[in-house]
Amino acid sequence: MHPAPSVILFTTFSGLGFGLLFWLGINPNPPTGWVAFAFFAIAYLGAAGGLLASTFHLGHPERAIKAFSQWKTSWLSREGICAVATLLIMGLYGAGLVFFGAHWSLLGWLGAVGALATVFTTSMIYAQLKTVPRWNHWTTPALFLGLSLAGGALLSGKVTVTLGLLVLTGALQAFAWFHGDGRFLASGTTMKTATGLGHIGEVRAFEPPHTGTNYLMREFIHVVGRKHAMQLRIIALVLGFALPVLLLAASFSHWLALLAVVSHVIGILTLRWLFFAQAEHVVGLYYGKR
Amino acid sequence: MTELPTSTAKKLGLVIDLDTCVGCHACVISCKGWNTENYGAPLSDQNAYSGAASGTFLNRVHSYEVQPPMLRDEPQPAQLIHFPKSCLHCDDAPCVTVCPTGASYKRSEDGIVLVNEQDCIGCGLCAWACPYGARELDAKEGVMKKCTLCVDRIYNENLPEEDRQPACVRTCPSNARHFGDLADPESDVSILVAERGGFDLMPEQGTKPTNKYLPPRPKDVEPEYDILAPYLDPIAADGKGLIGWLDKALSALPGGAK
Repeated sequence: MHPAPSVILFTTFSGLGFGLLFWLGINPNPPTGWVAFAFFAIAYLGAAGGLLASTFHLGHPERAIKAFSQWKTSWLSREGICAVATLLIMGLYGAGLVFFGAHWSLLGWLGAVGALATVFTTSMIYAQLKTVPRWNHWTTPALFLGLSLAGGALLSGKVTVTLGLLVLTGALQAFAWFHGDGRFLASGTTMKTATGLGHIGEVRAFEPPHTGTNYLMREFIHVVGRKHAMQLRIIALVLGFALPVLLLAASFSHWLALLAVVSHVIGILTLRWLFFAQAEHVVGLYYGKR
Repeated sequence: MTELPTSTAKKLGLVIDLDTCVGCHACVISCKGWNTENYGAPLSDQNAYSGAASGTFLNRVHSYEVQPPMLRDEPQPAQLIHFPKSCLHCDDAPCVTVCPTGASYKRSEDGIVLVNEQDCIGCGLCAWACPYGARELDAKEGVMKKCTLCVDRIYNENLPEEDRQPACVRTCPSNARHFGDLADPESDVSILVAERGGFDLMPEQGTKPTNKYLPPRPKDVEPEYDILAPYLDPIAADGKGLIGWLDKALSALPGGAK
C-alpha cells in the first residue's frame, strides 16, 4: 500500500494523543491549572492534529461532515463519530481541570472509553480489509491499542506502566511482523484464483492493460521500501521500544523522559511507515505484482 | 445508508468470454468515451501526451500467458488470454459497506453498484476494499469512479433498442461480452454461464460477484489425420540412388551429419 505521509502522521500522532487523553481521563489525581493545560494541549495537538492531517488525503475534504452518517456499516464513519465525541467530552473535562480546578471523574472515564473506542475504530478500518491479508488479523487492533496506551502512558509520565506496556507492545509488534509475513500466502488468493485460469496451467502477467501507471498501481503496489524492511524493523524496535525502556529504567529525569518520547515517536513513525509500505493488496496479482 | 440490500429483484451484470476476447481494447475506449461524455464527472487523463501518461478507466484489458503442463513428456505451447476487467457488481460488495458518507450504494431493483458523486469525499477506502481494482479515484475530480453498467444507456428510451446495453457490450467486435439478468435462470446470460461453466473471480474473497467469466475452450489436439499412416513406410528415411549417394558422401566429409 502507498505509505501516504498524511495517514502515517495521523495514525502516529492521533494514536499518541488519544492514548494521553485516556490516561488523563482515568487519572484519580489529575493535574489542574497550567500543568493540566500543558497536558491537554499536547493531547489535543496529537489527536486533533492527526485527524486534521488525515483529511489532507481526501479528494473533497469540504464534504467531510457527511462521513458521520454511515455508522451502521462503516468503521471510518464510526471512527469520526468516536473521535469528535471524545474530543468534545474531554474538552469539557479538561476545561474543568484547567479553569475551575474541578475533577469531574465520570466525564473523564467516559472520555477515556471514547479515546479507546476511537483508536479501536481506526484500527478496524485496516483490520476489516480482506483485500490486505497482512492487516486482516486481530493483531492490527491489538497493536493500535497497545501503541496508543504505551505512548499515552509515556507522555503522561507513568513510568512503571509505560515500561510494562512498551515491552508488551514491542513483543506484540515483533509477533505481528513475523506472523504477517506469511498471511498473503495463507489467504489463498493467488494469480490463479484472481484470473480463474489456474486449471489450464501456470499464469503469468503477459501485458499490462496500459503503457503507463494508474491509480491502482500508485495506491496499492508499493515495492520501494520493502527491500529495507528488516533494517527498518530493527530501527523501529530499538527506537520505539528498547531505547525508551532503557532511558526510563535508568533514572527518572525530565530530560531523559523527553529523549525517550522523541525516540519513541521516531520509532513509531518508522513502524507506521512499514505498516503501509509492507502491506500487499490482492489487486496487485492482476498486474503480476504484489 | 450503505447497508447492502438483502436481495435484489434483478442481478444485472456481464458475462465475459475469455475464449473469444481478442484483446482489441475497443471496450476500454467505448467505455471511456461514453462515461466521459455522459453521466457524472468526466474520466480525466494526466499528461496524456507525454511518456508519463495516466488516466481513469472503468474497464481495462489485461493479457495473461498461461503455460499448460507437459503432455506425454512434450512441452505444450503457452496460451495467451486477454482478460477484460471492470466492476463485478458483487452481491456482497465490500466497497459499499465501508463507505463513510453513503455515497456508494447497491440498488435493490437491479443490483447495480453506483457512486453518488455529490456525496463522495474521495477517501479511497472503497477502492481499498475492492479486491478487483474496479474503482479508481479520479485525479482531477477527486471522486471515486466506477463502472455504472451504463445505467444511463440500459434504461434510456431515447436510444434505439439495440443500443440499450452497456457501451462495452455494444461495441465488442468478437461478441466476448454479454449483458443480462443473472438472477433469471432462463436469461441468455444465465444459460451461457451454465453451459460454458462460468466462474467467479477470487471466490475466496467472499464478494459473490454478479459478473461471470467463461473459461477458454480446450485447445484442439492435433488429430491422427490418416488411419493408415502407422502402416505406411516413412518417407525417405534411408535414401537410395543419387540422394543416398549424396547423403553418404556429405556425411563422410569432416564435420558432416551422420
